[in-house]
Amino acid sequence: MNIPKFTGYRRENGRVGVRNHVVILPLDDLSNAACEAVANNIKGTMALPHAYGRLQFGEDLELFFRSIIGAGANPNVAAAVVIGIEPEWTERIVNGIAETGKPVKGFSIERSGDINTIAAASRQALEYVQWASELQRTECAMNELYVSVKCGESDTTSGLASNPTVGNAIDKLVEMGATTCFGETSEITGAEHVCKERAATPEIGEEFMRVWNAYNDIIVKFKTDDLSGSQPTKGNIRGGLTTIEEKAFGNLQKIGKKSRYVGVLKPAEAPKGKGLWFMDTSSAAAEAVTLWAASGAVVHLFPTGQGNIIGNPILPVIKLSANPLTCRTMSEHVDLDVSAILRGEMTLDQAGDKLLEMIARTANGRLTAAEALGHREFVLTKLYVSA
Amino acid sequence: MIQFLVHEKSDNVGVATVDIKAGEIAKGLYTDTQAPIDMKALNDIPLGHKIALIDFKAGDTVTKYGHDIGRIVADTAAGAHVHIHNLKTKRW
Repeated sequence: MNIPKFTGYRRENGRVGVRNHVVILPLDDLSNAACEAVANNIKGTMALPHAYGRLQFGEDLELFFRSIIGAGANPNVAAAVVIGIEPEWTERIVNGIAETGKPVKGFSIERSGDINTIAAASRQALEYVQWASELQRTECAMNELYVSVKCGESDTTSGLASNPTVGNAIDKLVEMGATTCFGETSEITGAEHVCKERAATPEIGEEFMRVWNAYNDIIVKFKTDDLSGSQPTKGNIRGGLTTIEEKAFGNLQKIGKKSRYVGVLKPAEAPKGKGLWFMDTSSAAAEAVTLWAASGAVVHLFPTGQGNIIGNPILPVIKLSANPLTCRTMSEHVDLDVSAILRGEMTLDQAGDKLLEMIARTANGRLTAAEALGHREFVLTKLYVSA
Repeated sequence: MIQFLVHEKSDNVGVATVDIKAGEIAKGLYTDTQAPIDMKALNDIPLGHKIALIDFKAGDTVTKYGHDIGRIVADTAAGAHVHIHNLKTKRW
């Protein structure tokens, strides 16, 4: 089959990125100020402030390290400066990112103070951004991409058109040999048994069910009302959705008709090969997309009905919608309008091809709506309280 | 003009893509095969809501996306509105 080409950045470890960011990465909440000062000093760099990194423990701490190291290691990042309050955990982040072979250096604030740290880190950031600005894009093939998918603010147009459009593109990407990933563990409720059957082997299906049950147990433990009365929501029902199964199958349209997932990933865990993967994620847009960025995804497909506006600092988020009202009233947020499907003027196959075209344009450097509008939601997933 | 879409050949409901009025012969399209289908609407079917493509008896299964989305709880004729008054999940 014909595999489309684009020009991207081939990194030291062979992975392909579509952006060339130099990030200033805080280890912890206390170091956000220094990172933002460095990014302000050195144009063309970007700080990724976040709210965590102190007194986390156990699996939650492991997820934290995976998330921060993964963000720095993402192929859309050319080089990283890490700033933390103390040297030990800062070094752990630096060493994790350094495994990719890309330039990375850490700075710690204790015994230096903010001002000296900012000065030293700014000099390093200047060196990195000048180096990165001379890197050239080279020819890459679409099957070298890692593409993640998640929908938001869904309505009946999502299940009818924008989600199946993503599914069509996913089937084609998987056939080419690309890496793809879906998640939203809680939103699969109602279709979990069908999702289990879409696994490549029974063992992988069992692993999916284990992860789904664990997530469902947490929701049931902390829920404050009867979920049977809120899924579907009142808004879903007004829009025409009747049962939780119907809502979940609409969501599951995003993984297409043919592809089978070849593994179940922990949050922020990188896929171990090509094909379709499932990742255990929240269904909250910014949290889930940040997990995919940390797992190394370089393009994200985001179908929306009512108009979710999410973006991510390092992972370009392509929005598509089939809702004509959303495409008209929120046009600046929509990269691809597939409302012609609802009029019977465009087939899902044609829409899937349009989406592949938009992936290629985005990979070639076209800024997504979310990038142009400055949406840089970097939201870490936290599993439980800090110590 | 298309007024409703049907996801798959095995589905027994379609989804309105415009507001359909009772009594209209609504024009539909299967999105998988692009085959046309006409259905006389017995009720108003609002945009995004479901229209029955067959005569259902209580206890019958409704199929959408090629999958079981619940059971019919009141006899429903082809062309009728299918929603919370005649369709329930089998889960709860």
